[in-house]
Amino acid sequence: MSDLSRRGLFGAAAVGGAAAGALALANAASRPEEAASTGVDRAYPYYGEHQAGIVTPAQDRMHFAAFDVAYGVDRAGLVSLLRDWTDAAARMTQGGSAGELDPMSGPYDAPPQDTGEAYGLPPSGLTITFGFGPTLFVDGAGKDRFGIGPRRPEALERLPHFVADNLDPALSDGDLCIQACADDPQVAVHAVRNLTRIAFGRAVLRWSQLGFGRTSSTSVTQDTPRNLFGFKDGTMGLRGEQTELIDEHVWVPADADPAAAWLAGGSYLVARKIKMQIETWDRAPMREQETIVGRTKREGAPLSGGEEFDQPDFALTGREGNPLVDPASHVALGHPDHNGGVHMLRRGYNYVDGNDQLGRLSAGLFFIAFVTDPRTHYIPMQSRMSRNDLMQEYLQHIGSGLWAVPPGVREGEFVGQALFA
Amino acid sequence: MIRRLLIPTVAVGLLATSACTDNAPAPAPGDDAAAARVLTVAASDTECTVSAAEAPSGTITFKVTNDGTKINEFYLLGEDGLRIVAEVENIGPGLTRDLVLTAPTGTYFTACKPGMVGDGIRAGFTVTDSGEPVGPTGEDADLVKEADTQYASYVRDQVDQLLVKTQQFAQLVTERKDDEARALYADARVHWERVETVAESFGDLDPQMDAREADLEEGDEFTGWHRLEKDLWPERAEDYTAMTDAERTEIADKLVADTQTLYDRTRDMTFSASDIANGAKGLLDEVATGKVTGEEEYWSRTDLWDFQANVDGARVAWEGLRPLLQRKDKALDEQIATAFTDLQTLLDAQRKGDGFVTYDELSEDQVKELSDAVNALSEPLSKIAGVILA
Repeated sequence: MSDLSRRGLFGAAAVGGAAAGALALANAASRPEEAASTGVDRAYPYYGEHQAGIVTPAQDRMHFAAFDVAYGVDRAGLVSLLRDWTDAAARMTQGGSAGELDPMSGPYDAPPQDTGEAYGLPPSGLTITFGFGPTLFVDGAGKDRFGIGPRRPEALERLPHFVADNLDPALSDGDLCIQACADDPQVAVHAVRNLTRIAFGRAVLRWSQLGFGRTSSTSVTQDTPRNLFGFKDGTMGLRGEQTELIDEHVWVPADADPAAAWLAGGSYLVARKIKMQIETWDRAPMREQETIVGRTKREGAPLSGGEEFDQPDFALTGREGNPLVDPASHVALGHPDHNGGVHMLRRGYNYVDGNDQLGRLSAGLFFIAFVTDPRTHYIPMQSRMSRNDLMQEYLQHIGSGLWAVPPGVREGEFVGQALFA
Repeated sequence: MIRRLLIPTVAVGLLATSACTDNAPAPAPGDDAAAARVLTVAASDTECTVSAAEAPSGTITFKVTNDGTKINEFYLLGEDGLRIVAEVENIGPGLTRDLVLTAPTGTYFTACKPGMVGDGIRAGFTVTDSGEPVGPTGEDADLVKEADTQYASYVRDQVDQLLVKTQQFAQLVTERKDDEARALYADARVHWERVETVAESFGDLDPQMDAREADLEEGDEFTGWHRLEKDLWPERAEDYTAMTDAERTEIADKLVADTQTLYDRTRDMTFSASDIANGAKGLLDEVATGKVTGEEEYWSRTDLWDFQANVDGARVAWEGLRPLLQRKDKALDEQIATAFTDLQTLLDAQRKGDGFVTYDELSEDQVKELSDAVNALSEPLSKIAGVILA
């Protein structure tokens, strides 16, 4: 057993808990020889050129969390947290324990290091992606708590107020963020829970969000999933296989920002919690629904004809010279042709947070996009969409955040290490 | 402020009976009559192949697939080859659309129109007598016309009154007669809210006249009703600087000018049955997303005036369509009637003086009751268009 997997441990534990514990210690920091490649057994390498969870084929579930560094914590405290988070993430993504010890072993009078709810579960494709928010560099009071203010990338600024935004501060922003994605929701939740626990005293959970179903595909091998409006979502989004476009539109180039060379090979994570007015949408005629989206509901084909992945023909006009794809439709406003050729790698999830006091589902889309620069790749498009998108009538943006996502971690390093070098 | 979509619907003059949806009821297995009523149409640039030349009377579905390279249309024409019984337009290459219609016994023509030009590729089509009752259709067109006349005149009348009261309101604001302006505010807006879906269909006017502050982004100018509302009721505003006389005059003048534009544009509007039905639904959407939550009149708390006005507008729209709806689906019409009554009873309980209690005087339970009643009405109301057009 070269791999420290929760399932592997389970087997070993059945033989003898002590043996499993010893094994866990021995293998704690080691990298698996070979990642399993299918289904829930799949494990993605934690270490690499870029952080996993970006071009990784979108897993089915997500737990996203934003943190604020705790009051009084200094640079060394922050670095120690990032080091501990990195080590725990490296273990958990390979199916291992959050702590160095096996979840079911350790001193009998001590609380277990790992909370245990993922014990016996396979890696489930877990990825853990870390990001640094604008306030990590300069906080709300204008203070540079960690001596990194001058290294803040210019593009890392709180997103502007868009038309009709109704943001809840309790669902927005944060010094740090963690995106945990897995094919088993229990595994994703386990990751965030344990990272939160590790952070106590150094960082506190500000807000978090569960996503129960992916609404994007980030690989050509994946079908386009549907959002809660019942339409295929993210047809035009980038796929991991489009490596040239990914290089151009997702990763931050080395020469992007002299002050922030540490971010080269990283990316920016835009998160928007978008509430959908489910009840009124469901009463909209099919004609209106398809007009708003600009695609057929069944196939996802553009209304100008063809199949899902055919390009919309925005010039094609029907009766009375009206374009078949409405210029204010979602597909028209989001299309690269109308956005200076920019592409986004979208990685959003459907969410339902129960219901509101009026018996309406608190549901929508937790939008995540990874882009090379939000100033060119997100803000202009969202500005136009918020103003003109026919779909806006059924949407309300209630949460928002922007984080710089450091490049991948090499073994022995911690995430974002170059920022503190 | 919401940009409301008035989607132009098909066919003109005659009752447009198309419902271009993909969700026509699938026939139950073994139900031969039902199966015989679902036909496929293969429409190419040169051919128009209908899977059968006849179908039993009742609700018939044509699943039209455009196999060609041009935009296509499909028609069912009357025996004279001129009267359009139903049509589906703007089918892009490769796409499939359903045309669902109710046809009585008789002879017809089917026609595809690749490229949207010419007489189309025609073939004879027969609807045989299934023995099942098919609702009368003869006078439908007249009823639609009547509904249009009625609704268009309602819209004109409301905008007339809106213009007069807006002028009065603007003058009061400019002269700083704030008590009187506050007293007129909700009353004047009632006329806007009654025809809100029509007003909102003018995408340039709506943001200037009815935007809330959060609807704007940096650099946008905050104008219209809610700008003046905030200055008249600044109690909930943080660090608020009152408007100067000049600012007030500017905003008030602009509101009057925009209302005049709205007035001019609504003089000769016409409405299809679908416009009217979806307008009614849209007004209830407005209630559900803005008024019942107290978001519309954030400063003045006069949301219930708007609430009542939206309901008034929806009721008038429905009443215009009732003769048609009663022929098509009496049970649905009765369900809507009951739901209107229930909602009105709840609203009446909140009346105070000439108007209503303010939003902050409502308890959570009362808001919930109102919201439930809105949902109970909205759901059947949203079905009107599909029913009267099939």
